[in-house]
Amino acid sequence: MEDDSWEVAGRRFNSRLIVGTGRYKSLEETRDSIDASGAEIVTVALRRVNLNDPSAPMLQDFVPQDRYTYLPNTAGCFTAQDAVRTLRLAREAGGWNLVKLEVLGPPPFLYPDMAATFEAAAALIADGFEVMVYCADDPVAAKRLEEMGCVAIMPLGAPIGSGMGVVNPYMIRAIKAAARVPVLVDAGIGTASEAAFAMELGCDAVLLNSAIAHASDPVRMAGAMKHAVMAGRAAFLAGRMPRDYKADASSPMTGMIRQSAT
Amino acid sequence: MSDIQSHGLTLTVNGEARHVPPGSSVTDLLALIGLAERKVAVERNMEIVPRSEYATTQLAPGDAIEIVHFIGGG
Repeated sequence: MEDDSWEVAGRRFNSRLIVGTGRYKSLEETRDSIDASGAEIVTVALRRVNLNDPSAPMLQDFVPQDRYTYLPNTAGCFTAQDAVRTLRLAREAGGWNLVKLEVLGPPPFLYPDMAATFEAAAALIADGFEVMVYCADDPVAAKRLEEMGCVAIMPLGAPIGSGMGVVNPYMIRAIKAAARVPVLVDAGIGTASEAAFAMELGCDAVLLNSAIAHASDPVRMAGAMKHAVMAGRAAFLAGRMPRDYKADASSPMTGMIRQSAT
Repeated sequence: MSDIQSHGLTLTVNGEARHVPPGSSVTDLLALIGLAERKVAVERNMEIVPRSEYATTQLAPGDAIEIVHFIGGG
């Protein structure tokens, strides 16, 4: 089969599924689900060590950094200053500069705060980070982030953890059509068909977490997502048939057996 | 006897007061808590302490230390 790998910030990956490592019941379930997803990149958060339980098992023990590319996020940061501070620490902990920037507005939608996102993106890029940016499904904002130097544009399919799917496919397609860097649908995917749909729109990859972690059987859903992303990508490359409002018979009408006229 | 000799240094580590012997380095602090150096990152008074400088970075009274690690996230 032809090589269909993709590249972000000079790094090449075969899997077009990026998965989060949050919201699992245990680190064992995290490990098994991520393994089943086939993902090569995983998002991670940075938090204080629990000083009262320093020997507690850590994520790295189950999701080893020599096997997966860690993509540290800025979850919980509401200012550019917080985001830069968090990712500087993450860079020191992980040793690389590829990061996921997300600056969120308030509940109930946790919608990307684009003014704060622009400010944080500028500060991070100036500090040498390669920024994959979570953003609104806004083609003007997406283009501006690309022009600032973000290495991937990641519009939401729907609000984080909502499982509502890709609610604005028209604009996701528009963002992808205009972008010269990878475009990923990040957040909102609820089930396999929605991941496939995002890929059929032409997206370079899909990023999801809750769709796997909150499935009744996360490991099985992780496998479903792996295949859905591959299927959606193949369908995009294959080129779908045109839509039509009338029928067009699949079987030829010639050579039919007929009752002879008497 | 001065306070430092009797009680060591008082620092704030992840928001909690903590006492360490005088002359302690970041390496000593991590060992005291029981943390593997390669799994954490350390900030001292809002400045990153590079891992290569843990052994030579001496802690001072009143230092605000943050010790962080990766956890599950989306």
